[in-house]
Amino acid sequence: MTETTKTILSEHTRSEIDMWLEKYPEDRKQSAVLAALREAQHQNDGYLTTELMDAVADYLGMSNIAVYEVASFYSMFETQPVGRHSISVCTNISCLLMGSDDIVNHIEKKLGIKTGESTADGKFYIKCEEECLAACCGGPMMMIDHKYYENLTTDKVDEILDSLD
Amino acid sequence: MSDDQITIEVDGKSLKAEKGQMLIEVTDANDIYVPRFCYHKKLTVAANCRMCLVEVEKAPKPLPACATPVMDGMIVKTQSKVAVDAQKSIMEFLLINHPLDCPICDQGGECELQDLAMGYGGDVSRYQEKKRVVKDKNIGPLIQTDLTRCIHCTRCVRFGEEVAGLREMGATGRGENMEIGTYIEKSVSSELSGNIIDLCPVGALTSKPFRYSARTWELVQKDGIAPHDSVGSNIHFHVKGERVKRVAPAENELINEVWLSDRDRFSYEGVYSDDRLQTPMIKEDGSWKEVDWETALDAVKEKLNGVIESHSAEQVGILASPSSTLEELYLLQKFSRDIGVNNIDTRLRQADFSDQDSVSQFPYLGQAVSELETLQSALVIGSNVRKEQPIINHRLRKAALKGAAIMLLNPVDYDYNYPLAAKSIVAPEQLSVELASILKAVLETSDGSIDAEAKQCVENANVTDTHRTIASKLIDSENAIVLLGNTATAHPQFSLLRTLAGLIAKISKSKLGYLSEAANTSGAWLAGAVPHRHAGGKECASVGLNSNEMVQAKLKAYVLLSVEPELDCWDSRAARTAMNDAELVVSLTAYRSDEIENYADVMLPISAFVETSGTYINNEGISQSFAGAVSPLGEARPAWKLLRVLGNTFNLDGFEYQSSADVSAEAIKIIGDIKAENMDHWRSPVAIEKNGAGLQRITETPMNMIDSICRRAVSLQQTDNVSDGAIHINTALADKNNLSDADTAKVEQDDSAVNLKVVIDDRVPDDCVLIQSAHPAQVDLGASFGSIRIGKA
Repeated sequence: MTETTKTILSEHTRSEIDMWLEKYPEDRKQSAVLAALREAQHQNDGYLTTELMDAVADYLGMSNIAVYEVASFYSMFETQPVGRHSISVCTNISCLLMGSDDIVNHIEKKLGIKTGESTADGKFYIKCEEECLAACCGGPMMMIDHKYYENLTTDKVDEILDSLD
Repeated sequence: MSDDQITIEVDGKSLKAEKGQMLIEVTDANDIYVPRFCYHKKLTVAANCRMCLVEVEKAPKPLPACATPVMDGMIVKTQSKVAVDAQKSIMEFLLINHPLDCPICDQGGECELQDLAMGYGGDVSRYQEKKRVVKDKNIGPLIQTDLTRCIHCTRCVRFGEEVAGLREMGATGRGENMEIGTYIEKSVSSELSGNIIDLCPVGALTSKPFRYSARTWELVQKDGIAPHDSVGSNIHFHVKGERVKRVAPAENELINEVWLSDRDRFSYEGVYSDDRLQTPMIKEDGSWKEVDWETALDAVKEKLNGVIESHSAEQVGILASPSSTLEELYLLQKFSRDIGVNNIDTRLRQADFSDQDSVSQFPYLGQAVSELETLQSALVIGSNVRKEQPIINHRLRKAALKGAAIMLLNPVDYDYNYPLAAKSIVAPEQLSVELASILKAVLETSDGSIDAEAKQCVENANVTDTHRTIASKLIDSENAIVLLGNTATAHPQFSLLRTLAGLIAKISKSKLGYLSEAANTSGAWLAGAVPHRHAGGKECASVGLNSNEMVQAKLKAYVLLSVEPELDCWDSRAARTAMNDAELVVSLTAYRSDEIENYADVMLPISAFVETSGTYINNEGISQSFAGAVSPLGEARPAWKLLRVLGNTFNLDGFEYQSSADVSAEAIKIIGDIKAENMDHWRSPVAIEKNGAGLQRITETPMNMIDSICRRAVSLQQTDNVSDGAIHINTALADKNNLSDADTAKVEQDDSAVNLKVVIDDRVPDDCVLIQSAHPAQVDLGASFGSIRIGKA
């Protein structure tokens, strides 16, 4: 590990990665790449930079490009700067039937951005969610920063968004 | 029939195969054609293009031949309706996103996709939707990307991982958004990167210097031998009219397999440099005049005889490039000795010649190039083999990946693309001390004995665990080698390093080998282009001066063959001074430069490597002859012809050759059997003494600065593997001298001083500076090794 990696990955991030590393054999460090990227993204308010990915590569003894491949493959990794609160509204079949389109329209209107965009103040990011978030009995639902909010109405959405700092 | 042999049936023919082979290997071996894009015999199987689908009886659906292991009794149909339908469907899929604009694609005419589309593609596309477009990336001066054409075969990605040992290309994104590239904007840096041009089955990766300069069907393919390292890679010249448009590797499993280093691939650009000298020229009253050949040769005769008569033949020195052909060097030494000049040398980047009488017939690699990959251990001393002999490094890498212990002793911590078993990075003056320690460790663990004098060397040696590891690896391996590289050869105590390396090899029952510098270093020794030996290695009655003595002695006259002394010699400053002060300098050169025009009196234009026939003898002792691929530019002539006529002009006997083959036939007859043997060819050791104190200079010649052709190859000069004219020091030394990156430092050596840019480079050991040779900024400093002083400018 180089000194640069030490400064780029926080002590907390490194200790989290180490916890994952313990689960894998010594010579299979790259098994921890998904967990490591998740931690690195977390440390950086929700998105990965090239420096962070290079640091993860160095920490796990992988080539940089191999980490870029993983980060760009999975949709839960953001490789461009995004707002710090990531909003995913489920628009799969159950939520759709329960009116998720109205929820999406409401959030877009409220924040003045389209799905896939971030607010200018860097606070919110509406993620384009591709998959069912598996909370069908609570539809329509959304996930903000890994937390589920179910049985949404526009009023409830306002309340949730306003409560975030 | 052994147990591993099985029989399969393909298209009704019964074929023998070995267990574990993939179906496509068997069909390839039996000339049964199966189309493919991603499969390549030198790479791992990816099975992602699906083009090689074939019908296998009892399998429910077509199987990819590249990833289907053969089984006894397997019945395969490659031409059945099932197989062909599958292949046609795959082709339709591949063409969905691939542009259908072959006429404007550089790969057109040599494109595997285009070829197979002829056989398997439909005449009308059913696809009406938008096609995918990928933004091109700039991945450096050598390779042009056109990634919209990429079909995701991943050959380039696998090449990086498996052969180059440096994963630079990758597949980012997914699904329709998957792209091949480097993700971030960067130049690929592998010394073998150009091979992905050959590997790419489509026009996604093509040669940047070649781009849009010819269509493949206009090119004629001619054979050649690569001229920039001692491997002798086999190459094809692709020629349009009288111009080489590009170079590609020719397959030779014993030498370069299917690969080629970037230097050998792109150096042809240097042939067409604006610097090319195209007519003989004579300096009269300080200005250059174009003359005809006869006038020029008469002038050489008159001037050279003038110096010999007014001084003596001992006042003439002849320096030749070790990249010259066997024929050129044989004729040059014959001419030289016939006119009484014994000062002839090709060992330009060397300073210690004290053991030249005891060394072998030529600096032999120690074993065959192809056998390097079977090594179990190797100790590499003073070499950046990865850049200097990329193909040899590739073989060593293969050995390392199979578990061989590759160990390094170097004055610079060069980057390696495989795991090393041990590494010792020390200042140049410590190299011999380290070797003595390794020798002592070898003696501790083996029963070998050395003579009393050698004992003295190891008496005070300090043995550490690293030395013991190196020793035990060498001793425990049945197939081990100790290799001496370019830095060892250039070391002021080369003879001592050789002896110690030799003793280590002998006592550990390893081989001893040399990673020699140039394409014909071996040929130069064998042809007698050294001051102490005739062709074939016969001792000379009167030994001439070596290259370093020649430039230090400031002779009255010099004859140069493809040499730019200030860039090619061990002591650049002495070389430049010697040339400037000489009464006469005759330069047989393909190029003119301000320096040459400044010191030379006669310039004779010789042909560059693609324009002459000749022979190179490689590191292993393999002699490879080639024909000229194109005619020389202008009035330039192959150097062997020029030397033959020069012999006639001087009325010398035995210069009546009709062809270069006549010359090589004579040379090879004299050389006789090539004795490839290094063992015991060293001098008994002298006591180890430190050579100098204080800051030590280390000099390296970056791979693309090695000879006058590379130095003029435009695209190669844009890569990182060139001299930066800077002084490289580590952080500790920089702090000590209050210098930081990009500062200007005053660098003093002997009685000269220059200002050089500082580069902080922690590969350099403490109290050492690294300077890259063949750069104009550092010429005035002088010797490649020795004491040096630095300070703030």
